Amino acid sequence: MEYLIVFLPLLGAIISGFFGRIIGDRTSEILTSFLVSASTLLSISIFYNVIFNDYQNNLIIGDWINSGSLKVNWSINIDALSSVMLVVVCLISSLVHIYSIGYMSHDPHKPRFMSYLSLFTFSMLVLVTSDNFLQLFFGWEGVGLCSYFLIGFWFKKNSANSAAIKAFIVNRIGDFGFALGIFLVFYVFGTLNFNEVFLKVNQMQDQSFSIFEFNINFIDLICILLFVGAMGKSAQFLLHTWLPDAMEGPTPVSALIHAATMVTAGVFLVVRCSPIFEYSQLALNLICIVGMTTAFFAATVALVQNDIKKIVAYSTCSQLGYMFFAAGVGAYNVAIFHLFTHAFFKALLFLGSGSVIHSFNDEQDIRNMGGVWKKLPFTWTFMLIGTLALTGFPFLSGYYSKDAIIEFAYLSGTGLGYFAAFIGIATAFLTSIYSWRLLLKTFHGNYNNQSIKIEKIHDSSYVMLIPLLVLSLGAIFSGYLFHELFIGEQSSKEFWKNSIKFLIPLSLDHPPYWFILLTPIIVVLSVPLSYYLFIKDKKITNWIVEENKPIYKFLVKKWYFDEIYNFLFVTASKKLGNFFWKSIDVNIIDRFGPDGISNLIKKISDKAVKFQNGYLYQYAFIMLLGFSAILTYLIIS
Amino acid sequence: MIEVGLSHYLTLGAIIFTIGIVGIFLNRKNIIVILMSIELILLAVNINFVSFSIFLNNINGQIFSLFILTVAAAEAAIGLAIIVVYYRNTGTINVEEIDNLKG
Repeated sequence: MEYLIVFLPLLGAIISGFFGRIIGDRTSEILTSFLVSASTLLSISIFYNVIFNDYQNNLIIGDWINSGSLKVNWSINIDALSSVMLVVVCLISSLVHIYSIGYMSHDPHKPRFMSYLSLFTFSMLVLVTSDNFLQLFFGWEGVGLCSYFLIGFWFKKNSANSAAIKAFIVNRIGDFGFALGIFLVFYVFGTLNFNEVFLKVNQMQDQSFSIFEFNINFIDLICILLFVGAMGKSAQFLLHTWLPDAMEGPTPVSALIHAATMVTAGVFLVVRCSPIFEYSQLALNLICIVGMTTAFFAATVALVQNDIKKIVAYSTCSQLGYMFFAAGVGAYNVAIFHLFTHAFFKALLFLGSGSVIHSFNDEQDIRNMGGVWKKLPFTWTFMLIGTLALTGFPFLSGYYSKDAIIEFAYLSGTGLGYFAAFIGIATAFLTSIYSWRLLLKTFHGNYNNQSIKIEKIHDSSYVMLIPLLVLSLGAIFSGYLFHELFIGEQSSKEFWKNSIKFLIPLSLDHPPYWFILLTPIIVVLSVPLSYYLFIKDKKITNWIVEENKPIYKFLVKKWYFDEIYNFLFVTASKKLGNFFWKSIDVNIIDRFGPDGISNLIKKISDKAVKFQNGYLYQYAFIMLLGFSAILTYLIIS
Repeated sequence: MIEVGLSHYLTLGAIIFTIGIVGIFLNRKNIIVILMSIELILLAVNINFVSFSIFLNNINGQIFSLFILTVAAAEAAIGLAIIVVYYRNTGTINVEEIDNLKG
C-alpha cells in the first residue's frame, strides 16, 4: 500500500510526460488526477491506521549507497509525522490536479503540466517518507527541480524564466547549507539514518571543535546548517525573495507548491529533526527570531501589494514564519498543526484567486477588480471562508492553530517567547487587515475594470469549483476536528510518539483568559475596521498613505530587498563575471591559449604555402636536395 | 696517351648526373626536357654500375644496369603517355604554366 502511495504519482508522471502526445490531453489529465487521487485515498487510510491502530512501519525498498561505513537505503517510513504529511501532500495535490483540468483548459501543453505536477507529488512523497537525510535531500532537490519547471512553465514569458532561475538559485544557497549540515551529521555521527542519529545525539551534545579560537558545538552547527536549508526552501527572511516572484507560474502551481506543500518542507525538516534541535537552544532561538521576523515582515509587505497572487504569496511567507517560531519555542506539534490547517486555507485562497483571475481573463491587479461578488457567488463564498480561516476567525481552522502558536509562545516563559507572542498578535492583526483588503477590493466596492464588461464576468466551471468546495470544508473543519489529536494535552504520548521529541514536556498550563481572548477579539474587530477603511471611507486610507509616504514606499518596494540583493550580489557578481570574461578569459586564456596557437599555425602555414609554387622542377630539386642530404648523413655516420 | 681508369668513368658518370640534375631545375621550356634529364641521370647511374662491375670483377652490376634500362624505358613510355594526355587536356606542356599544385 505504501509503495502504491509513493509510486502511483511517478507512474502518472512518466506516462503523461513521455506518452502525453500519444494518449492525448484529456486522457493524461484524467489519468494523472486519478492516480494521485488513488494515492490520496490510500494515504488517508494509512492516516486512519496511524491514529487508531498505532500503525508504524519502515519499508526498505533497497540499497542506494553502500560504500564503506556510508549505508543509505531507499525507504518508506510511516509514522505519525509522515502520515500527516502524506495526507496533506496527496490531498492538496489531487485537488490541484483536478482543478488544473479546468484552469489549464486553454493551455496547449497540458500533458507536460500534469506530468510535472505528478512528478512534484512523487518527489514530495519521497521527501516526507524518508528515513535518512540523503533520501530526504533527494526529495528536497526533486521538489526544487519541479518547482523550477513549473514556475517557468510558461517559458515564452521572460519574467517566468527569470523567476524560475531566481527560485532555483536562491534555493541553492539554502541547499548548500543543508548539504553541509548533512556532511557534518555524517562526520559526527557516522550515519545518516534518522533513528541512529537521534539515538546518539545525547552522547554528542557536548562535543565541540575550535576554529580561529572559537569553540563551536557540533550540535549547534548542525542545527544551524540544517535550518539554513529550511530557510531557503521555506522562504524565510533573507532567503524569501524567490517566493513572490514564483507567482509567475500557473496558479494551481502556486497553490500546491508555493503554499501548501513544498515551502512547508523546511518546517517538516525542523520537526523531523526535533530530537537534534532539542539539544541546541541556540538554533531554536535563531529559528524563533527568523520565524517571527519573517511573519512580521511579510505581513507588512502584504498590506500594500496590489497583485492578488503576491498578497497571498506574502501571506504564505508570513504563515511559514508562524510555523517556524512555533518550532522555535519547542512546540513542534503546533507547527505541524498549523502546517496542516494552513495547507487547506492557503490552497483554498490560491485556487480561489486563480478562479478570480480566470474569470477576469488573467487580470491579477486587485485595483482592476471589485464589485463582482454577486457575479461570482461560489468563488466569493470560498474566498470568504479562506479569508476567515486565514485570519483566525473563531472556530475556523486558522483560529485553532494560530492561537495555539501564540499561546505556546507565551507559555514558553522566556523573554523571547513573550516577544514572539507579541509579534504573533501584531502579525495576526496585520494578517486580518491585508486579507480583508484583498477580499474587499476584489469582490466589493465599485467595479473598476475597463477592459471587460461586468456582464461578461462569470463563475468558473464545476471542475474548478469542486476542489474549492473540498478545500473550504477542510478550512472550516480541520482545526476543530484535529486540534485535540495534534495539540491536545496527551497528543505527544498518544499520537506523535517517537516522531517528535520533547526534551521538556510541553507546558500544560493555560495562559490567562484575557490573553486567550485577545487575538480572536482583534481578529473579529478588524473585519468592520477594514470594511470601513477599504470600502466606506477610502479617504482615511489615502490620508494614511499620504502622511507616511516613505514608509508606504518602503513597504511597496518590499523593504528594498530586491534592490539590496541586486546591488550586493547580482551587480557585483555581474561585474566580477565581466572581469573574468573580458580580462582573464578573453585577454589571457584565449589570447595565449587556443586563439594564440591557431594564429601561430595560420602564420606558419602562410609562410609554408609559399614553398608550394606548383613548379615541378623545383619539387624535384628539393627532393634531390633532401635525398642527397639524407644520403650524406648515412654515409658519414 | 692517358690510361683510362675507373676515375675517368666515374667522372664521366658524375658529369652526366650533374647535367641531368641541372637540366631538371634550370629548364624553363617543357616537361619532355625533364624526362630527358631523368634519362640522363639514370644513364649516369648505369655508367657507374658498369664501370664498378668491370673493375671489381663482379657481374652483378651489369645485370643491374640491364634492369635499370628496362625500368627507364618503361618510365619514359609512361611519362610520355602522361605528357600526351596532359597536352590534350590543357593544350600546353610548358613547365612555367604547369602550377596546379600551387598552394
